[in-house]
Amino acid sequence: MAFHDPTAEALQRPAHPDKGRSLWTDARRRFARNRAAMVALVALVLIALFAFFGQLLTEFDGETVDFTLIGVNATQGVPSLETGHYFGTDQEGRDLYARTVQGTRLSLMIGIVGSLVAVVVGTLYGAVSGYLGGRVDGAMMRIVDVLMSIPFMFVLILMLVMFGRSLLMLFIGIGLISWLSMARIARGQTLSIKNKEFVEAAVATGVRPLTIILRHVVPNLAGVVIVYATLLIPEMIIYESFISFLGLGVQEPNTSLGALISRGASQIGNGVPWQLGFPLFFFVVMLFAFFFVGDGLRDAIDPKDR
Amino acid sequence: MSAPILQVNDLRVTFDVPVRGGWPWTPPRKLQAVGGISFDLQPGEVLGVVGESGSGKSTLARAIVGTVPSTGRVLFDGQDLTRLSPEARRARRRDIQMIFQDPLAALNPRLTVGDIIAEPLTTHFPKTPRAEVRARVQALMERVGLLPNLVNRYPHEFSGGQCQRIGIARALILNPKLLICDEPVSALDVSVQAQVVNLLRELRREMGIAMIFIAHDLSVVRHISDRIMVMYLGRLMERAPAPAVVGTPRHPYTQFLIASVPIPDPVLEKARPRPVLEGDLPSPLSPPSGCVFRTRCPKARERCAVEPPPPYDVGPGHVATCHYWDEPTPMVQAAE
Repeated sequence: MAFHDPTAEALQRPAHPDKGRSLWTDARRRFARNRAAMVALVALVLIALFAFFGQLLTEFDGETVDFTLIGVNATQGVPSLETGHYFGTDQEGRDLYARTVQGTRLSLMIGIVGSLVAVVVGTLYGAVSGYLGGRVDGAMMRIVDVLMSIPFMFVLILMLVMFGRSLLMLFIGIGLISWLSMARIARGQTLSIKNKEFVEAAVATGVRPLTIILRHVVPNLAGVVIVYATLLIPEMIIYESFISFLGLGVQEPNTSLGALISRGASQIGNGVPWQLGFPLFFFVVMLFAFFFVGDGLRDAIDPKDR
Repeated sequence: MSAPILQVNDLRVTFDVPVRGGWPWTPPRKLQAVGGISFDLQPGEVLGVVGESGSGKSTLARAIVGTVPSTGRVLFDGQDLTRLSPEARRARRRDIQMIFQDPLAALNPRLTVGDIIAEPLTTHFPKTPRAEVRARVQALMERVGLLPNLVNRYPHEFSGGQCQRIGIARALILNPKLLICDEPVSALDVSVQAQVVNLLRELRREMGIAMIFIAHDLSVVRHISDRIMVMYLGRLMERAPAPAVVGTPRHPYTQFLIASVPIPDPVLEKARPRPVLEGDLPSPLSPPSGCVFRTRCPKARERCAVEPPPPYDVGPGHVATCHYWDEPTPMVQAAE
């Protein structure tokens, strides 16, 4: 035959079923072609490895105070490979490398937990609200509006002051706000998805509403949700850093990047720039990497939105 | 005649249109998309529904399937669907399936074709063994002309005609008694249209499914239908056996529709009179009084503005809603 006939070709193939190329496979391929996003992804992986296994590379822990270094930080606590204090020491004479590892881990966890709450609660809330529509939708969205109109920084600070400054409180506080805008985004998307014919086909077939939401609506939301979740992680990290910067976030001996930057900034006049520099470097690189990965994901998942 | 499988009685669909700039408590305006349609459908019969865009064809289909709220009665197998509890209604849905206009939009892009076709089966018979589901899906794919080894493919990997075949396979997996085809071929190109229409005809002959076949293209509808119903602005204009609608149309609107069908012969097509229907479809928010077609009808008189025409019996099984159905219609010619 002179021309290419895919049907005839397919008929000659063995009868075992073809593997389909899903939209996810396509998205993965597009993402892999995006250089900036891939570099950012590698950076993120390295930072995550640093945060979770970096402690193994040093003999110091972040809690032992070296009294001999107090007061002579600018001369004795300089970053050096010989002393083993790769990033120098902080003003209490603790190893800054171990502190940074600890802080990066906490910041990363805050970001991921906040984002995870947003993905699970926000997506389901938004999808249910949008799908049911009408009065239920109105009521559910007004609740979100009310919660959004409360200045959360203020409430969070009050909570931390009233119930004590615990890590758990911080996670709860961040989790409480993170899902609000996600719920709005998910609802907006759901409104357009629920008018698609495949949803109508499912209704006409007699599929239950909850199954429709989980099988037909949420997977089609996934693209937007994933992108927004990636962009939400740095936002949460900034949020936590700000609170820690104010001195209300994580408490000693625990630390986060925000707390370290705060401490470093207060020592900036004492000739110890590394106390600010190293935490800030990890903070900035991490945020940049998350933003680039988020952008890359958006381009990969929904190429027509570029 | 056996008992009809579907009896539709005075079916009305009204949508609320919020008043722009109104307060939340301002009463919405009513848009009547379907205004009192009644018909019967025998088992295995195909009823064609034609009418221009906005005539309420698709809304009628959705009201019968139950995806838009409606008033009136829809008796399926003697059971009033509008009065069933949501749960009972859901169970009943397996006997009525639907095929959609936009073949790709009707398929969830995140599911494989096999999962899409199997969905009605897994919904109504969740305990079916996986192997059996797979076997039935593949058998059905073969039946509608798709290669069964494509089960794991995704909808975007198929052409429009193939997507419509997937939609047909999904509609057939539960052996429904009634199939509602909402413009199943309008989004396809002509050669593919013929394939899909022929497939539907074969399936109907083999399985004896009753169908409601909606289209705006009379030449497609008359190929497959036993009877044809002509709608305009949500109202019945004329209903008759397919040959009578095409051969001896009584309603002026139908006559214009028939006259507008092109003849596939350039010489005849050039010579044929080309009457035009003037004006646009009136807004369904404020339909004309009396007969809804009177604003565009060359025969309209005072009576038409006052008295809505009842369905007149104009022949065997032939109904037309026009007061002056027995008078000839002056056809307005298009200017050359």
